[in-house]
Order: sequence, then C-alpha cells, then structure tokens
Amino acid sequence: MAANCVRFAASLLGKGVNGASPTNPVTLQLYRQICGTSALRRKNLAAAGPEKFTPEFIQKQIEEFEIGKRHLANMMGEDPENFNQEDIDRSIAYLFPSGLFEKKARPLMKHPDEIFPKQRAVQWGPDRRPFHFLFYTGKQSYYSLMHELYGKVLNIEKHQDRLRAKGLFSTETKQISLGTSRWLTKEELEELLVETISTHDYDRFIQLMERMLSMAYSSLEEEFILRHRQQLEAQTMHQVVPPLQKDDKGVDFSTAEGKRKTSKSSVVVRDGGSGSITINGEDYLHYFPVLQDREQLMFPLQFTGLLGRFDLECTVSGGGRSSQAGALRLAISRALLSFVSEGEGEAMRQAGLLTPDPRVRERKKPGQEGARRKFTWKKR
Amino acid sequence: ACHSEKHVGQFYTLPSAHVRPLFPNGLPWRFQHQTKTFNETCIMVRQPALEVISCLKKADYSQPALRYLFYGLKGSGKTLSLCHTVHFCYTQGWLVLHVPDAHLWVKNCKELLPSSYSSSRFDQPLQATTWLRNFKITNEPFLSKIKTKERYVWTKREATEAGSPLGELVDQGISRVKSSSDVVGAVMKELRLQSSQPGADFRMAVAVDGVNALWGRSTIKRQDKTAVDLEELTLVYNLRKLMKNDWSGGAIITTLSQTGSLYTPKSAYLPQELLGERGFDSVDPFIPVSVPNYSEKEFESCYLYYMDRNWLQHPQSRTEEGKKELIFLSNRNPSMLERLCGFL
Repeated sequence: MAANCVRFAASLLGKGVNGASPTNPVTLQLYRQICGTSALRRKNLAAAGPEKFTPEFIQKQIEEFEIGKRHLANMMGEDPENFNQEDIDRSIAYLFPSGLFEKKARPLMKHPDEIFPKQRAVQWGPDRRPFHFLFYTGKQSYYSLMHELYGKVLNIEKHQDRLRAKGLFSTETKQISLGTSRWLTKEELEELLVETISTHDYDRFIQLMERMLSMAYSSLEEEFILRHRQQLEAQTMHQVVPPLQKDDKGVDFSTAEGKRKTSKSSVVVRDGGSGSITINGEDYLHYFPVLQDREQLMFPLQFTGLLGRFDLECTVSGGGRSSQAGALRLAISRALLSFVSEGEGEAMRQAGLLTPDPRVRERKKPGQEGARRKFTWKKR
Repeated sequence: ACHSEKHVGQFYTLPSAHVRPLFPNGLPWRFQHQTKTFNETCIMVRQPALEVISCLKKADYSQPALRYLFYGLKGSGKTLSLCHTVHFCYTQGWLVLHVPDAHLWVKNCKELLPSSYSSSRFDQPLQATTWLRNFKITNEPFLSKIKTKERYVWTKREATEAGSPLGELVDQGISRVKSSSDVVGAVMKELRLQSSQPGADFRMAVAVDGVNALWGRSTIKRQDKTAVDLEELTLVYNLRKLMKNDWSGGAIITTLSQTGSLYTPKSAYLPQELLGERGFDSVDPFIPVSVPNYSEKEFESCYLYYMDRNWLQHPQSRTEEGKKELIFLSNRNPSMLERLCGFL
C-alpha cells in the first residue's frame, strides 16, 4: 500500500510536471517523505538487525556486574574476593526462589560476556578506512584464518623439503595425538570467528586441515591444530557404582534404588543364591502375574548372563504395574554394576538398562480434552 | 502303577484304555488339550502323590477312612496329583467316586428345584445327572456287583427294591432327571454302608477336587434373589456326609482349589484359609500334603519331556540360557511353565 502511494505520487508528478526542472527533485523528495507511511518505517527498523552493543556499553555492564557480585557476597556474608559463579548461582536461587519449570526463565546473574552475544567492534577507523586488509572480502576473519592455515601448510612443506635435501627425511615422526577429539562444528567455528560462514566454506576449511594433518611433519603446528579441535567427552560411566558390602555370613550383597514414573523401588542383590526373588515379601510370580513384567525383571540378569546366581529382595511402592516393573529393572541393573566388570557395565549402559526413563504423565491443558487430544471439531 | 521313590521326576503314561473311563471330565482343561496334542496322557511322578500312594498301600482298612488333603500354591499340580492317586486306586481295583470340581456344584447353577426328599433343600438336576453319567462310565464293573440294601421310593409309582444292582439305581437317576440329586444321595449312602462292612470285597476311594467349595459361600440365589445356604443343597449335603469319617474301607483324597473358589482372596492357599472354620473342623483330622513347585530335577524332566515331544519350537529355548530364562520366568511353577512353553 505504501509502495502504491509512492508510485501514485511519482506518476502524479510525472503527469503533472513534464519537463525536468531543478525544483522537481526537491519537491519529489518532499513528496516522498510525506508519502512514506508508518508501515514502511516500521519495516525498515525490523530489517536493521539485533541491537548493537557498543564496547563501552559492555564495559559498563562488566563493571556493574563486578560491583553487584561484591554486594551479593556481602549480603550472603561470604568472602567478596573469592566469590565464584557457582556461589552466585546458589545465592540467587536462595534469594529469588522460583517455581518455574523452564530453567532458562529463572532469575539469572552471569558475566556480561556470557549474556550479550559477541559482536564485532567497528572495523574501520575515523578516516573510514578498514583496519583489516581482508575487510572487503566480507568474511574477513574466515579468510584470514584460511590464509594463516595455508601459510602454515607451506611452512611445513618447506621444512620437509629442507630435511629431504639434508637426507634426514623420515616418515616415522612424532604424530599428533588427537585422542578422542573431533573437528569444531560449523556453529562452533562461527562462534569462534564471530561471523557467519557457509557450508561450502566450512568444508574447505576442514579439507585444508585434513590435508595438513596428513603431512608427516604436522607436529610442528600441533598447537594450532588442537585449537580447532573439540575434545569429545568420554561417554562412559558417569554412574556411581554402588559399593559391594559383605553380610555377616560372608555373603556379598549390594543395594540400589530405581525410579520410574511415580514408582520407587529398592533392591538388595545377594550373591550365592538360587535365583529366588521376593517383592514386598511376596513371591514375584504372585506379585507380577503378567509375563511382561517378569520379563522386564529378567532383562538385566539375562543380559549379563547371571540368571541363577543372585537372590533379590525388593521393595516397591507407588505407580502401576508396568512402572513398578520398570523401577525394579533399573534398580536391579544398578545393583548389578558392582558385581560386574567395567566393560560389562558399559555394555549395560549402552543397552539402556541404566538410563532412568524420563517419561512422566503430561499435564492436561485447558481447552483440550486431554494432554494432546482436542475436543471434537465441529465445522459449524 | 507300582511307583516308588526312585521314579520321582519321571513321566509315566496312562494307558488310553484307562483314561477314557476314569476321567470323563476329571482332568484339568489345559491338561486335556495337552493330551489331545501329544496323543498320550503323561503324568509326572512327584513326591506328594507318592506319599499318598504309599500311605494308601499301608493303611488299615478296618479303621475309619483316612483323609488326605493336597494343598499348595496356584498351579503347583494339586489336581494332577489327585488324578495320579485316583489312577492308582483304579488300577488296584477300587471303586472311584470322583468329583472333578466341587465348585461347579456351588456356582453358576442354571436350574434349582425344590427337593422331592425334603422340602427345605434344593436340587441341582443338571450337575447331578452329569455326575451320575460319569460315575457310570468309571465304575462299570461295580455297578452290577453291588446290590442296594434298602428300598428307595422316588415317586408314587416308581421305587427301587432292595437288592437291585446299583446300575439300576444309577440308570434311574439318569433317566429321571428330577430325582437325580436324590439318587446321588442314595448312591453315596449305599456305598458308604457297604464298604464299611467287613465282608465287602471292594474299597472305595472318594476323590474330591476343590473341597473348599463345600464349606465356602455360594452364588446360587433363589427366585426371589435371596442367597441359598450351602446346607440346603442336596448334593453338597450328601457329599459332606461322605466326607465324615464314620465309614471305613476306603480313603478320602481331596484337593483345595483357589481358582474356582468364591469370595476368597487370590493369595490364600493354606487349608485353614480356604476351608474356613467350619470346613476345617469337619475335615479335621486329616493328613495335609503340600504340593510344591517343581524341584530342579522335576523341572529338568519336564523340560526334557517337552523337548522329546518337540513342543519347544523356538531355537533359543533349546539352549542353556533359554532353560534358565524359563526357570526364571515361570519360577518353576508347573502351570506357568506349561503356559510359557505353549507359545514357544
């Protein structure tokens, strides 16, 4: 509508005033400004992008944060010098208790660097000449990185040539130990360079890094390479293995607990038995008449192959039939961890025996019949 | 069937010539299906049945009849032990009075007639006729041998003279449906009297399955929806008389059953809980025989039997781990094991 307005005005002008006269541009300009509607102006603002934080603004925020940290430490009666981020979080959670489920919606006090997104400072000086020589490529940090990388590749090749000339070239040099690490993902690289890259650029980057790695003397640039690799967190056991205790009669046993969906269970696994299971004082054949529940109980033992060896004494409360079986299964697998080697425990974790099931009953929402089911839709 | 303790855990086949007359519907339902599938009737020799059989062998039959009661967890094999014992008695030539399930007499009654014998009691013609028919099939040779001692009057025109063979009495009951329950009562009385006499050449075995039905509660209602007391049912009344110890020359073998019993909690399996006070007092003194789940050896043998019959089709069930799984899942309960293997 706004565009129509402008065109209308222009056509009017065009029709009205035929010859180009020096007064026209002024009137044209005037017309344009008057004709521009508020909608146009609004659209321009949205297209401007997120708010730019000036470095001075960030600096001020940092100072305020430090002062606030000291005030908080004084309030909590702790030492203002050694007040960590954990202490801050603890104090905030104490002073502003929040019952919101979404953790990100709760009150937060963190260093401004973590809160405000990293932005590039102004790239050009007062004479409007850019600082960086690659500014006009558009992605200056990316291209500078590639330039640096290629420079290092050439460096390594020169070193190799020199060694070959001396006759000291050998392929069995110290290789970089990468360990369990992986290349930075595209998002992480973008974060590092504070600018957007395309997938094509990212692929080129990775190709060049791989090429550098494949050369024999890449250990020269080890530090540079490692800066661009992300250590993989070893996904192994973060589980606490329950300790193996000894009974009066010298029988090994261990206790563990498990939860599923409102049922809680606790299991004592004793060694040297014949495979009898008691649940809340009753035989498990009576407690779980359904085969499915008994199969759930059997799964950890069958997986580790220790079916007939243990006696289980279980107590379970809450929930329904299936959730009780699930809680018991979790508790049994946790208790078995102490009887079983590390590798087996890892296998159990990968089988999903040690993961507590996070599914809980979803809340019913107003305006719907159930959690997901909507009321019958009537067309009229 | 001369079994001894050496044979514990082994299966023995009942010759089919015995099965038909002995158990017209005495075997448990699932077991009957298994029989049809395997084309043979095989029962495992187990400790409780052996105990009772050995007691029967040694018992003195001039004393009042001994009562044996099989009790145990659900599905642990009580009914089959009873059948085993009954078969033993049959092979010894005893007269077998087998009540397949006393619970059937106490619930789901479709017809209730006021008794012709005494006005306060109620008859159940259907169940009585079924039972008489089965009795006839089972005890064919005895029907002509035993003679009645008294005269029974059924209606104004019909009467059975003293000295007529038992077969006639039974036929009377089958044909005249209305008086069938009284016929049952008469048959029981006759047999009781006759086996007590020292000159009797036969012994009687009374086998009742689900004996706790006789002293529990019933769901039968009269026309005006008032509940019927168990004493008012002719069949139950007569059977209770039989269960009393006042006759000799035989044995009473019974089982408790929770599956068919009314108004008892599922976890009850001890005699005291299932019989109730009155029942316990009437059955006391008795010899309780507990029927446990399979022992290891028995489980082995059952497993091998199924393998032998190619019943376990799943490849994993034939391995060692499969066996352990079966042990775990069924907890060595015979009926659970049978159900599990049924779909393997």
